[in-house]
Amino acid sequence: MTPFAALAPAGLAIPHIDYTALLPELILLGGVLVLIGVSAMTPRRLPTGVYATMTVAIAAAALVASLRLWRDVQNHGAFTTVAHSVDVDGFAVYFLVLVSCILIVAAIIGSGYLRREGIAGCEYYALALISGSGAMLMASANDLIFIFLALEVLSIPLYVMAGFDRRRPTSQEAAIKYFVLGAFSSAVFVYGIALVYGATGSTNLPEIGAFLAHNVITANGVLLAGIALLIVGFSFKVAAVPFHMWTPDVYQGAPTPVTGFMAALAKAGGFAAFLRVFVATFPTLRGDWQPVIWALAALTLVGGAIVALAQRDVKRMLAYSSINHAGFVLIGLQAVTTKGVAASAYYLFAYAFMVLGSFAVVGVVGAKGDRRHDLEAYRGLAARNPVLATVFSVLLLAQAGVPFTTGFFAKFYVIAASVGAHSYALAVVAMASAAIAVFFYLRVVLLMYSTQPADPGDEATTPGPAGGGVATLVRIPVGRLVVQPSIALGLAVSVGVTVVFGVWPQPLIDFTRAATFIFH
Amino acid sequence: MLHFAYLIPLLPLAGFALLSLAGKRIGNPVAGWIATLVVAAAFAMSVVVLVSLFAHAPEQRLFTQHWFTWFRVDRLSVDVGLRIDPLSVTMALFVTGVSALIHLYSIGYMEHDEDFAKFFCYLNLFVFSMLMLVLSSNLLVTFFGWEGVGVCSYLLIAFWFHRPSAASAGKKAMIYNRIGDAGFLVALFLIFERTGSLDYSTVFARLGRISPTDLVAIALLLFLGAVGKSAQIPLFPWLADAMEGPTPVSALIHAATMVTAGVYLMCRINPILHAAPDAAHVVAWVGVVTAFVAATIGCAQTDIKKVLAYSTVSQLGYMFLAAGTGAYVAAIFLMLAHAFYKALLFLSAGSVVHAMDGEQDLKRMGALRAFMPVTAVTFFVGWLSIAGVPPFSGFWAKSDVLENAWAVSPALWAIGAVTAVLTAYYMGREFFLVFMGDPRWQGARPGGEEPRDPGWVMRVPLIVLAACSFLGLFIDLPFHPTWTFLERWLQPVVGASLAVHHYGLAELWGFGLADVAFAVLGIAMAAAVWRAAVNRPRLEPRFLFMAWFIDWSYGRFVARPGALVSSFASSVVEARVIDGAVEGAARLVRGGGERLRRVQTGYVRTYAAVFVGGIVILVAYLVTRAGS
Amino acid sequence: MTIDGSWYLALAAVLFTIGAVGVLVRRNVLVMFMCIELMLNAANLTFVTFSRELNDIGGQVAVFFVLVVAAAEVVVGLGIIVAIYRHRVGATADDPHELRG
Repeated sequence: MTPFAALAPAGLAIPHIDYTALLPELILLGGVLVLIGVSAMTPRRLPTGVYATMTVAIAAAALVASLRLWRDVQNHGAFTTVAHSVDVDGFAVYFLVLVSCILIVAAIIGSGYLRREGIAGCEYYALALISGSGAMLMASANDLIFIFLALEVLSIPLYVMAGFDRRRPTSQEAAIKYFVLGAFSSAVFVYGIALVYGATGSTNLPEIGAFLAHNVITANGVLLAGIALLIVGFSFKVAAVPFHMWTPDVYQGAPTPVTGFMAALAKAGGFAAFLRVFVATFPTLRGDWQPVIWALAALTLVGGAIVALAQRDVKRMLAYSSINHAGFVLIGLQAVTTKGVAASAYYLFAYAFMVLGSFAVVGVVGAKGDRRHDLEAYRGLAARNPVLATVFSVLLLAQAGVPFTTGFFAKFYVIAASVGAHSYALAVVAMASAAIAVFFYLRVVLLMYSTQPADPGDEATTPGPAGGGVATLVRIPVGRLVVQPSIALGLAVSVGVTVVFGVWPQPLIDFTRAATFIFH
Repeated sequence: MLHFAYLIPLLPLAGFALLSLAGKRIGNPVAGWIATLVVAAAFAMSVVVLVSLFAHAPEQRLFTQHWFTWFRVDRLSVDVGLRIDPLSVTMALFVTGVSALIHLYSIGYMEHDEDFAKFFCYLNLFVFSMLMLVLSSNLLVTFFGWEGVGVCSYLLIAFWFHRPSAASAGKKAMIYNRIGDAGFLVALFLIFERTGSLDYSTVFARLGRISPTDLVAIALLLFLGAVGKSAQIPLFPWLADAMEGPTPVSALIHAATMVTAGVYLMCRINPILHAAPDAAHVVAWVGVVTAFVAATIGCAQTDIKKVLAYSTVSQLGYMFLAAGTGAYVAAIFLMLAHAFYKALLFLSAGSVVHAMDGEQDLKRMGALRAFMPVTAVTFFVGWLSIAGVPPFSGFWAKSDVLENAWAVSPALWAIGAVTAVLTAYYMGREFFLVFMGDPRWQGARPGGEEPRDPGWVMRVPLIVLAACSFLGLFIDLPFHPTWTFLERWLQPVVGASLAVHHYGLAELWGFGLADVAFAVLGIAMAAAVWRAAVNRPRLEPRFLFMAWFIDWSYGRFVARPGALVSSFASSVVEARVIDGAVEGAARLVRGGGERLRRVQTGYVRTYAAVFVGGIVILVAYLVTRAGS
Repeated sequence: MTIDGSWYLALAAVLFTIGAVGVLVRRNVLVMFMCIELMLNAANLTFVTFSRELNDIGGQVAVFFVLVVAAAEVVVGLGIIVAIYRHRVGATADDPHELRG
């Protein structure tokens, strides 16, 4: 007996909803209400640490619920609920687990940042939890309309979070750009759904798949146009070239921990739905869309790496590097094999922790005000805080794909998948882009360990508008850099995951393999 | 006793673990002694394994030791374990032996360095990675060792990272190696795709499944990895810069062991090279051309270590020439001989640099024979050996290489022969400039002490290596089939692919005399030119000093345009061109009076425009495919 | 009199295009946002048309979801716009362009 049964007029069936299957999402959304309630009912403002602790607890509860769900799915098989629009399978639950982890780390790292900047209130945490529930729903969505709703639940809080730092105009600029372009891409996405619906008669993914498997559409222009628009919508969300233009600006402008969170979460959620829709629903049309993904992947790999080389702002450089990473995940999609999906899933897991950790370091170096993101701010970081420099080196080298980090396995896995699918050219492009990427990661690493004063001829060190001739030397920050305990904890988790699963990858590989057995 | 083989790599790993945890507390010099002892113990274990291997019949000298399955994805199962066969044991023996000596030497060389313990920590990690590279039973684990030695090389080149040149040299080494590593990795994917395994034994057993073109591709991609690691054309410029590292590092990593990993790889995959003769030709030609080019460059360098660096590149070229002509035994023989005499030369040069307070310019040395007699003698032995004067080991090894080259192509032999003359010449030049003539350093060392031979910690390795350079000749003697010890020893590994040429006694004598003549000619030229003179600008042209301008042109024609493309893509394509196009379109749409208004650049709209452009292309592409 | 469904689809496509071009050429954020609404409504019209053609209620249900999302976007969007333009005179999307490079 569902609570709404009384409202149902005769003859209209209310779909059965299995609330235990939706427990992780419900925990997050319930947690949001608790957070807001606590914040409204306490007369004085609570310290940000209280909300952070609550958020970690909520996300941990969601993690436990996800793991229980994982056990159920492994024991009893996948199932659908809410009139087949939510699919609870290994693939979905894998992302539920990943999103829960992202939320935990992001809450820990964010609290340190908020305390330093003196931003009180529960908004950051509440928005993060809503966004996280959106990412979870994207991973389990089994219906195009449902994916659209989940996409909006994921995105709208991120628009607000990007503009969270109201004292910094660049933060607001990031918000407005992200919002306008995001809404634009949503409109394109919905139109794509409408066209696919018109061509196949359904928005439900298995129904579309079955329809396409049993019917040959002779005039499939509408369908292909719809698929093209869906690709555009997803490509925007995951920042694939040429739909990436917003990424550097938004990543640079948003508060640094938000950037890390956004990068990890939006990619995980976006790719989860991208993979499900294309690999599980449209495999019969792969001859049409696979070349498109091929081209997007190649452009994204090369474009991201090349433009990153020219950046002098570390946040912006990492934004382009995240575009480059998106290219690698696209390789797994392009393979259209179980192995490719598993490789992409692995990549997203590895990427989430690398990017959360990297942006946490950037946030620390950015100092109060979150403004010091120039390359020069990293000069001699090893002398100011050797541990932080080591941590950042590990994270950057992991992003570059150095062995004994998850970054290596992630790249290895996707390239192996693409070779397995006989996409040799794409594998070579990927290797080339990884070789280019080494340049800009190493540049930061070397700078951190350099004790030399800046080269006067160097473009980056020309004095700013406020500085005189001696500004070159003054601009190099000195003095010990203090890392707050919560950020240190977040970094320890990120580096730990990156190194432990780099040295001992089997558990994570098994996890991805078990998660993706549904794809054939 | 064979099952103790796991101790060979694990001992240095234990040393690394100990020193990385407690190195600072253990301090100077105990940390150095610990590091030296673990490597010496690994050497002792290698000897034990060698002896146990002798107890088996030649065709049964292959043992694999499975440690654990590292990870498994679908069919790909990566097993970490050891492959004990004559080739890998030979490599382990010489890697641990030379490393132990160089560790010992470093205790003296680095005694005043602040980061003494860290240095030995890195050295032990290097030895571990190198041993995993040569002993692993799996190509992927070999690749990890390959990356590991690369990282250690980077850390040790940039050991004095407060010197900007050292930091940039480290970066350069990393980047050149990454190019090669990419080739290696693609080859691994191809091999796995075609054979379903990365285990050496399985891969070699399934070579028949690979098409001939793929075999050539795999061999060439692996060779690309070797070219990066072993500093061959076109990826050699990093090795000269790598001399920024401390001299024991140059001796160990950039002369004796790591850079020979490429040669080892070519010998290890000899069944693949054998099945892909086209690739083998490429290997031989790249090798011989590198040998020649590097030798010419060595003639004009003025830095005592850079001469040796280019000499290493040249000698590695010889080894690839041997591997490419199917003479794997000659390649390994030269590798061993080279390890001894090049380590000897580097350590002797290190003693000179140490005694001269860091001076490395040949033109400011001279007459050191009188002040450093032991070093002079050891360097002299090294010189005669590399020049190919009998009876030193270099003569036998080089003759072996050249004979095999002749059988494949006289052109290869001719270039190799010219290179042999040049080798004797440039090493002679170095010897005369450093140890003979007049002292040119007295004015530059006001009140300084006279240079002296180093203490016994540094002297013992010199003497041992000098002895090895001489005794190396007994490894493989061509006079009688029973004396070709190395060849018979390696037979089970390379036998099937080995090119065998039967020369008569007269021909052998002819080759031998010719080789002696090349050596004598080179030495005579050096003596004639450099015995008395110091500056001979016409013999040291800028073209050679600048290493044929190859590094310079990479900077000019690759790095700089690369940076330009990048900033162009960033500032012009991403910002201006697209903005301009959008502005133009917007003006057209708005028209009329709006057109006259001063228009602001609208970035959000710019991005949306790129977006729409992408949509239009995508939809157009997919819709044109419709209905087909 | 019945009108063939393809006319509605064509109208929707035209509306969508007008909306997209509007986003490109207008500088006022509010107007840009209205253009996006136009695009969403073009999608809605397409949904309804297909729903009628296919004789399937699902497409019409989808329209409600899209409308709800559009409303949510308006709320958040206006919030961001008000926050950013509180201290500015106009409301053009071009004013904030500090982030570039």
